[in-house]
Amino acid sequence: MPIKPVLKTQIDHVSILDEHGNFDAKLGKGLIPDDDAVKLYEHMVVCRQLDEVAFKLQRSGRMGTYPQNMGQEATSTGAAYALNKDDWIVTAYRENPGLFWRGLPMEYILWHWMGDERGNQIPEGLYVTPISIPIGTQMLHATGLAWAAKYRKEDRIACTFFGDGATSEGDFHEAANFAANLNLPVIFFCQNNGWAISVPSCIQCSAPTIAQRGIAYGMDCVQCDGNDIFAVVKVMKDAIKRAREDKRPSFIEALTYRLGDHTTADDARRYRDAEELDQWKLRDPITRLGEYLKKKKLWNSGKEEALQARAKAEVAEVVKRAEGIAPPAKSEMFDSMYATIDDPQLRIQRETMRTSSLGQDQSQAGEDIEASGRERT
Amino acid sequence: MANLTLVQAINLALIQEMEADDRVILLGEDIGKNGGVFRVTEGLWQRFGPERVVDTPLAESGIIGTAIGLAMAGLRPVPEIQFEGFLGPAYDQICTHAARMRTRTRGAFSVPMTIRVPVGGGIHAPELHSDSPEAIYAHTPGLKVVMPSSPYDAKGLLISAIRDPDPVIFFEPKRIYRAFREEVPEDEYTIPIGQARVVTEGDDITMISWGAPVIQCMQAIEKASASGGAGKSIELIDLRTIKPLDIATIITSVKKTGRVIVVHEAPKTAGFGAEIATEIMEHCFLYLEAPPQRVTGFDTIMPYYKLELDYLPEEPRISEAIEQLAAF
Repeated sequence: MPIKPVLKTQIDHVSILDEHGNFDAKLGKGLIPDDDAVKLYEHMVVCRQLDEVAFKLQRSGRMGTYPQNMGQEATSTGAAYALNKDDWIVTAYRENPGLFWRGLPMEYILWHWMGDERGNQIPEGLYVTPISIPIGTQMLHATGLAWAAKYRKEDRIACTFFGDGATSEGDFHEAANFAANLNLPVIFFCQNNGWAISVPSCIQCSAPTIAQRGIAYGMDCVQCDGNDIFAVVKVMKDAIKRAREDKRPSFIEALTYRLGDHTTADDARRYRDAEELDQWKLRDPITRLGEYLKKKKLWNSGKEEALQARAKAEVAEVVKRAEGIAPPAKSEMFDSMYATIDDPQLRIQRETMRTSSLGQDQSQAGEDIEASGRERT
Repeated sequence: MANLTLVQAINLALIQEMEADDRVILLGEDIGKNGGVFRVTEGLWQRFGPERVVDTPLAESGIIGTAIGLAMAGLRPVPEIQFEGFLGPAYDQICTHAARMRTRTRGAFSVPMTIRVPVGGGIHAPELHSDSPEAIYAHTPGLKVVMPSSPYDAKGLLISAIRDPDPVIFFEPKRIYRAFREEVPEDEYTIPIGQARVVTEGDDITMISWGAPVIQCMQAIEKASASGGAGKSIELIDLRTIKPLDIATIITSVKKTGRVIVVHEAPKTAGFGAEIATEIMEHCFLYLEAPPQRVTGFDTIMPYYKLELDYLPEEPRISEAIEQLAAF
């Protein structure tokens, strides 16, 4: 018997607007209308401003550890732009621009990194989940959210973001397998920014692409230039179509770069070459879109100046709101532990702010306390 | 002798054990070129090379699972889990394999590895970077659980852990990684696993703690002694090892004082303080002058940092318990 191949496959790389300003008119035709391109640019500029101010807040002791998003604005912004308002966005912690595009007020992200859980109290009606810290864990939730949508025969799909490092975690492989085998409308969006803290992506994956990991689970997979918002929107639209029409998951690997440190607690100079960083600065997603707009006479230096001023003013207001919130009451750590606090031990602790029993009395347990939470329907 | 921080003492212990025994290898996330996110493995990658100081893929189950294999083959791996909050994926390998290997093979295999894990709160860290899960692992038969509170103890205990024939979880309290320095001998020395240390002697109250809160206990003791109150001569015991528990040192002290406070960061309910209090009831019932007291974290999720000092057993709460216990 001759040996026959049972699988032949390839991974396409999609690039529409490259770092030199070349635009693929055929692929890019009608992808992002001019008005939207301007709005997306303005959005990313404001997000970059917030990111820089957040960094300064940490450095001046006004905020805790913060992971900068700088350089990765086009990925989550482009994805959120392509999705419907009621599709789920399930993020890790470097997707602020996508969350803000969806409508999460910027101060929520600052509250989170200022050590305040109220930053996770997602406003009603927003289909975004709170920032997820443990790497790779949120992809399973996206799969479950998409599963629920399919079960209820809703049109809703889920898009989950994660980094190159996250594809080393078992949870990623479990999520991909569930989504593919149960025919679920999930988009797995990998922001391959080259680094998991100090570990380069070649330690996470020695295959030529991360995208091909999805092939093993029977998914459509593609790689794109993650600093090219046109490419991001293009691959998202393809994946969205598959999710909505065929209820099939997709895997997107977007090549981007973390221009900042992993977090403010990190110093990337210890492990990363300055030349590599300089190369990627030339591929900045915001500069690239700005140049495109200028070429098309949609943008000029006057507009840029006005935008920079607006970004500064808006972000200053955000900081004011973030810092203006009253400190949390000590009881807050108890109040949302359960739907109702019917555990007398917990109620006594809440009442007395103590755990030692002398001087405590069962009468201090008081009545059931109803939590401030809400049920999603 | 050198004046070292806890981070430096652990770094020195790792260097000396690696020099002495080529079976000792380190693996974990960012421990190589970067020297670890807390710089505990600073310089080791450069000194011992990438074969012995291994930056792994981002996969905690993978780190511990492969370390089990390395250990079963006769090496002495020292895996690092970057923060205690990321032990979750590794829990399966730790509890369903590492802890059980020796007994389920009736001694044919063993897992001599030391899992290093930064632990605890108090440093304004993000979510899932401040928990205290030691009781979970103390509740898992087959593991040893160690948590030093000083640079001197850290070096001696880590060397013991690496040489131990069974799996040890070595919790490193990040709040005191660099909080103070201490004279640490240059030569290798060991502190036996399972031996508590009497930090201060006293006659009226026994106070038991481990890890970073030992420092808050010392503050409370200083305050009590400064106020000159009668009945407040406090004997502080630093467990150093949580499992196996040095019950003899506790019994000796409680029989003398008749009063006891246990202090830990982890939540109260089913925390390790509960085990200690029960042991005391079993062994010292007729010597007790008052009910054992626990000053611990609350039965809540460790809050983000705006409220973390309200959650942690800080000096004022310990002092209050001292007052009430002395007055009972």
